[in-house]
Amino acid sequence: MSEIVEILASASLWIAMVRIASPLIFATLGELICERAGVLNLGIEGIMVAGAFSGWLAAYAGMGLWPAVAVACLTGMGFGLLHAGLTVLFGLSQHVVGIGITLLATSSSYFAYRVALPEVASPPKIEAFQNWPVPVLSQITLIGPAFFDQTPMTYLAFGLAGLVSWLLARTPLGLALRAVGENPAAVDAQGLSVAWLRSGAVIAGSGLMAMGGAFLTLSAFNSFFFGMVNGRGWICIALVVFGAWRPGKALAGALLFAGFDALQIRLQQTTLGADLPYQIFLMLPYLLSILALVLSSRRASVPAALMRPFRKGER
Amino acid sequence: MRLEPIAAPGFARRVLPPLVALGATTLAGAALARFAGADAFAALGLIAKGALGTKFALMETLNRATPLIFAGLSVAVAFRARLWNIGAEAQLYAGALVTVLLGTGILPLPSPLLIPVLALAAILAGAVLLIVPAMLKLRLGVDEVVTTLLVNFIMLLIVSMLLEGPLKDPMGMGWPKSAPLVHEARLPRILPGLRLHWGFGLAVIAAFAVWIIDRRTVAGFEMRAVGAGEAAARFAGIRVPRVVLRTAALSGGLAALAGFSEVAGLKGNLTLDLSPGYGYTGIVVAMLAALNPFGVVLAALFVAAVFVGADSMSRAAGVPTYIADMLLAFALLAMVLALTMTRYRLRRA
Repeated sequence: MSEIVEILASASLWIAMVRIASPLIFATLGELICERAGVLNLGIEGIMVAGAFSGWLAAYAGMGLWPAVAVACLTGMGFGLLHAGLTVLFGLSQHVVGIGITLLATSSSYFAYRVALPEVASPPKIEAFQNWPVPVLSQITLIGPAFFDQTPMTYLAFGLAGLVSWLLARTPLGLALRAVGENPAAVDAQGLSVAWLRSGAVIAGSGLMAMGGAFLTLSAFNSFFFGMVNGRGWICIALVVFGAWRPGKALAGALLFAGFDALQIRLQQTTLGADLPYQIFLMLPYLLSILALVLSSRRASVPAALMRPFRKGER
Repeated sequence: MRLEPIAAPGFARRVLPPLVALGATTLAGAALARFAGADAFAALGLIAKGALGTKFALMETLNRATPLIFAGLSVAVAFRARLWNIGAEAQLYAGALVTVLLGTGILPLPSPLLIPVLALAAILAGAVLLIVPAMLKLRLGVDEVVTTLLVNFIMLLIVSMLLEGPLKDPMGMGWPKSAPLVHEARLPRILPGLRLHWGFGLAVIAAFAVWIIDRRTVAGFEMRAVGAGEAAARFAGIRVPRVVLRTAALSGGLAALAGFSEVAGLKGNLTLDLSPGYGYTGIVVAMLAALNPFGVVLAALFVAAVFVGADSMSRAAGVPTYIADMLLAFALLAMVLALTMTRYRLRRA
């Protein structure tokens, strides 16, 4: 028991929590924007891989780190454009297109990596983002190092959560986006273009997902390797549901999930971890995600037109 | 721009778009091979030769198609009823796990009894694994896309845990693999001397069975009715929850048979790399087949040929094997688009 208290009192747990949450925040916000506009984007897992790869490749080719983030974002937007074209313009099944895009984005990243670097044993490293401690605030016990001594991309993630929240709740554009996910026919009757609004949301959201992927290579691991996204995209889809399609709650969900993830790694090294197989600990985040979905399922906050293609003139 | 339905699509309308999609996929393959520095059309030729060129290659393709047929059928059955089962991978491993649990010597039965018992136990395990998310969907409205996806990760960890714990083969030189199945539990080969096992035969029979259920039984009609529109189905007196659970049992059971056939037919034991994502590829197979059971067999053969051919081409021409996944993703997106274009045309708004 004292071991667990010791873990909870250590700054490293809370630092790890915020670091693990950062890519999830980017991608969860991206998915949330898509879903609020009525489009389920199952391309998220692959778009994160493409973002991780393209961001890393740009930095490896000698670009600066921020331009590399922009490259990742643009790559994601490209896949978002494809997704929007197929699901919004042609009204194809969002499940199928999303899975197709995950497969396409993942395999094209791996293919391009292998073409660019045919024979490398260990993945080449890049100079990743360094921590930017915020003066004064980073000195606070526990909270300081966790929230105010991170890389600039983490600050960007939290800033974006605030921005998306404000955008959705307080601006005419946000109102139109939310309306297009609830009742596209009404938006159409207002003279606004459902297709443009939804496409814009999917493209912007996909850009954010790719930035989440780029966090992994440019801020967390400083190199690219196969399988590095490892289901994070799917977790983000669960986080959107858990967060009841609200940016603030989704951010809290991402921190909660990341906290458990950081905790389970540390629990493996305790006496408890010596008795239990390590797979039990690795399972915990997934089991908790399912439990959270079950507990939050009764709230009827799902966008009413989610997964419903809109065809003008059809009812 | 907007889509406009075509009232009575002519022959050309129904045939041309899918052909264009196939042609575009071939061209994309050539372009990718060129991008990787190989001779484009030579590489495509090597894929075809590597998949179908020799008796050995052909058997390899048919063996590779076997789990894809089961997984594709599983997805097709579920998607038809709008049950979004993304968890075929987990159900596959559940089937494989049960096959190993019961097939390594606990049951002293002769082959003609043991093999059906193992298959049924595998079906049961896969069915249960999908019925739980289906119940959560029906009772609590929990989205099954997310739950079935997450169960894939949990299942792999359970298999990993068991293979490093109670199921670990004591004679396995420390590798995390299960003990081999007893001889009576192994599926025989279809023809002596060839590597093709009866799992393939079973998969084709399963496709026939699904077709019969789908087109010739009330249960199949009800599943399609629920897929076409839940409200209308309920109005017609169909008990929707029961149909969804029945669909889940069938879909999960089919995916589990993929695991059963890989263990009992091909590998003979369980390892953590039993499936390189057959459950996910099953979604591609089902969609390429437009959810038609016989289409699933053809699509699985096509997908298996691309994988086996790309492996062999990669060794000869140095193009990364990921070209296979790219081509499948391209083919999937092009084909769903083409199938829509057989029924709609694009008009300026």
